[in-house]
Amino acid sequence: MAKQLIKGNEAIVKGAILAGCRFYFGYPITPASEIAEAAAYYMPLVGGTFLQGESEVASIQMLYGAASGGVRCMTASSSPGISLKQEGISYSAGSELPLVLIDIMRGGPGLGNIAPEQGDYNQMVKGGGHGNYKLIVLAPNCAQEMCDLTMLAFELADKYRNPAVILADGFIGQMMEPVEFPAPVTELPEKPWAIHADKNDETRLICSIELEPEVLEAHNRHLQEKYAEAEKNEVRFEEYRIDGADFVLVGYGVVSRVLQTTVDLLRDQGHRVGLLRPITLWPFPGKRIVELSDSVDSFMVVELSNGQMVDDVRLAVNGKKPVHFYNRMGGMVPSPEEIADQAVKFLED
Amino acid sequence: MAEKVLTKAASFYDVYERKSGAQDVTHYCPGCGHGVLHKLIAEAIDDFGIRDQTIFISPVGCSVFAYYYFRVGNIQVAHGRAPAVATGIKRTHPESIVISYQGDGDLAAIGGNNILQAANRGEKITVFFINNAIYGMTGGQMAPTTLIGQRTTTTPRGRTAANEGFPLKMCELISTLESPIYVERVALTDPKNTSKVRRAVRKALRNQIENKGFSFVEVLSACPSGWKMTSVQAKQWMVDNLLPQFPLGVFKDVSKELEPSERSKVVFSTENMNELLNIPSEENIRTDVPKPLTKFQNPRIILAGFGGQGILMLGLGLAQAGMQAGYHVSWIPSYGPEMRGGTANCHVILSEERIGSPTVSKPTVLVAMNLPSLEKFESQVEPGGLIIYDSSLINQSPKRKDVKVLGIPATEMADNLGNTRIANMIVLGAYIAITGIMPKDVVVDALPIFIKHKKLIPLNVQAIEKGMAFVDKNNGHA
Ligand SMILES: Cc1ncc(C[n+]2csc(CCOP(=O)(O)OP(=O)(O)O)c2C)c(N)n1
Ligand code: SF4
Repeated sequence: MAKQLIKGNEAIVKGAILAGCRFYFGYPITPASEIAEAAAYYMPLVGGTFLQGESEVASIQMLYGAASGGVRCMTASSSPGISLKQEGISYSAGSELPLVLIDIMRGGPGLGNIAPEQGDYNQMVKGGGHGNYKLIVLAPNCAQEMCDLTMLAFELADKYRNPAVILADGFIGQMMEPVEFPAPVTELPEKPWAIHADKNDETRLICSIELEPEVLEAHNRHLQEKYAEAEKNEVRFEEYRIDGADFVLVGYGVVSRVLQTTVDLLRDQGHRVGLLRPITLWPFPGKRIVELSDSVDSFMVVELSNGQMVDDVRLAVNGKKPVHFYNRMGGMVPSPEEIADQAVKFLED
Repeated sequence: MAEKVLTKAASFYDVYERKSGAQDVTHYCPGCGHGVLHKLIAEAIDDFGIRDQTIFISPVGCSVFAYYYFRVGNIQVAHGRAPAVATGIKRTHPESIVISYQGDGDLAAIGGNNILQAANRGEKITVFFINNAIYGMTGGQMAPTTLIGQRTTTTPRGRTAANEGFPLKMCELISTLESPIYVERVALTDPKNTSKVRRAVRKALRNQIENKGFSFVEVLSACPSGWKMTSVQAKQWMVDNLLPQFPLGVFKDVSKELEPSERSKVVFSTENMNELLNIPSEENIRTDVPKPLTKFQNPRIILAGFGGQGILMLGLGLAQAGMQAGYHVSWIPSYGPEMRGGTANCHVILSEERIGSPTVSKPTVLVAMNLPSLEKFESQVEPGGLIIYDSSLINQSPKRKDVKVLGIPATEMADNLGNTRIANMIVLGAYIAITGIMPKDVVVDALPIFIKHKKLIPLNVQAIEKGMAFVDKNNGHA
């Protein structure tokens, strides 16, 4: 086995290149700048292009152009930058362009700070831009997944002709862990819709405007069907010590790492606790939560936000069982002990 | 209301099937400049024989539907973003001919920065800029190019310099930049001027065909509907009002000085990826490292000191060697409030199991390289844990009686080796000796990965050995 101790942010870039991505357009922002810096270093070495755009608004539009040309392309940013990218994200979803966006979330609202938060769940999972679209949202919790899920993001983006997102936080980006890099992807999918500047595609069109309400409705129906297909096929989650659990912790990203330790602490104290970690935030593993809500007594969602994913958990549980919530914000990351104490309070309630 | 394009260029569709309603006429108003400019562009595409290579960017504005007409690859884009999208497609397909077509609201207002930056980067694209001094599409609001005194629906009493500033002159602006190779303003007024438009269109396209650089053609153009005039009045208004404000002419042209070159496709390398990406391909994980005593297994370590002591590097070394020894490892520099005050600390975990929380709240090992670090973290150490501190910098020993303590004069020992900065490796040696977490050779194998200056490796090895020897000598006193 050959492993490399590497920062999550850098693992993203290597994963992207291994997935066949050769185009990076971005604008610097902490804590995502390392992704831009690694891309600036590596892309030219593999015949690719790195370009620092004039803004996030522009960078995502450069991706719009590149994706129209049928290549695998990416950008990375952090919360305030993602807010600016929403225009291009909506257009890309409307024009059905596969591209990969990395969001290394930081504290907000406004300029906030550069510490880890999860306040972008809504703007990524629910669609921060206008219109009836969905993004495929993957939430890694370790450096290995920063690589693996980035590669998967390219695959899913192409499969569904839709933007795909890596939603991570400064913690997972900064942390160094061993990564075993897979072999490069050598066969990229054909894109018969893309514009290649050759005879075959002189009439091809990438477009999100449609004046006729009937036609635009049909296009929207098509998008919804596509999303339904992704919901059927692409839900991914991970469970930890969930067998026989009657209290289920739910969290993603760095929180899920902390919760894994919390589960061990609580199990040591004799509590029957398990963990559900959504890997895909969209499509959300709601079905699994529906199943669990039959067998467990209650849930506890932990987020580094004001409570955004908890809405999706509550929707799935649908009032059947209590869904408790614990959060920290502003860049505070709770310790396993802190969460365990809180869980015990809920358990004894 | 629609104008018929009479002799149709081959670069136009025969029938405008993408359009609803009449499919033999454009959607442009009679007397509108867009249709004429479209025609001049389409004819040039025909004549240059580049239809199969051309990618047209349809903006937001009245020309949003340019893709109804041009039989070329087409990308319809967001308001003002055409130059950014053009950049994206041109960078991925440098062999193509990319035409970015924009109105004045699109180019000079909402997309002002996008056009300036694309021009300044010298993107090898051709920009056609229709300046009609108004927002046509949305019904005649003020544009950045609207004239002083000009009435629009949003300047009902006429534009004033005091409230809206002066008309923006894009050719003047863009020609101050170094990268653009050709900047000209032309006007669709009379046949004489129109033939100048034809020439400018061709020149701007030829520049791209010859791979020379960024070309920008501003076309003054009538918007009878927006101006609320007849076509005839509009033409006259242009001559009387627009031309004096926006002088025609070449603002910059260095295209002749440039040699034509090939527009070549992007070629990706897929060979030697591991080497290019600096990914190890040789087996580097040992499976034969014996377990340490139970109390030293699965350490959760906080390493702390002041900046410059190589604390983060020490943590990295531990994590790198730990990984090669076959452990699950994590390394994270401290975040948040802890980062303040000139102290540096990091958390390292070595574990036989998959690691949960990568942050360490209750360390089993504390490495304290200065007094504030010891004072800060001592109380957090798990009972039965281990504290290693630099006794040359900390002249009080830890108060805890329920942990194992090793004071090592690491800084002094490092000074004796001739390099204060090597104290961190002395501590690393001490740590592996005291715990038996991994043998020396694993650490030595790992050194070249995290030590940048290869000639410092022998010194690092020496430091590790000193640290180990110190523990051996003082074992029991620790
Ligand atoms: C983000 C955004 N803001 C506003 C609009 C509305 N809008 C459509 S066209 C246009 C003005 C276009 O004017 P110009 O670029 O001068 O082109 P013309 O129609 O005169 O050819 C505006 C403001 C939009 N489509 N998108
Ligand atoms: S509104 Fe003005 S710019 Fe638009 S089509 Fe009519 S004349 Fe042309």
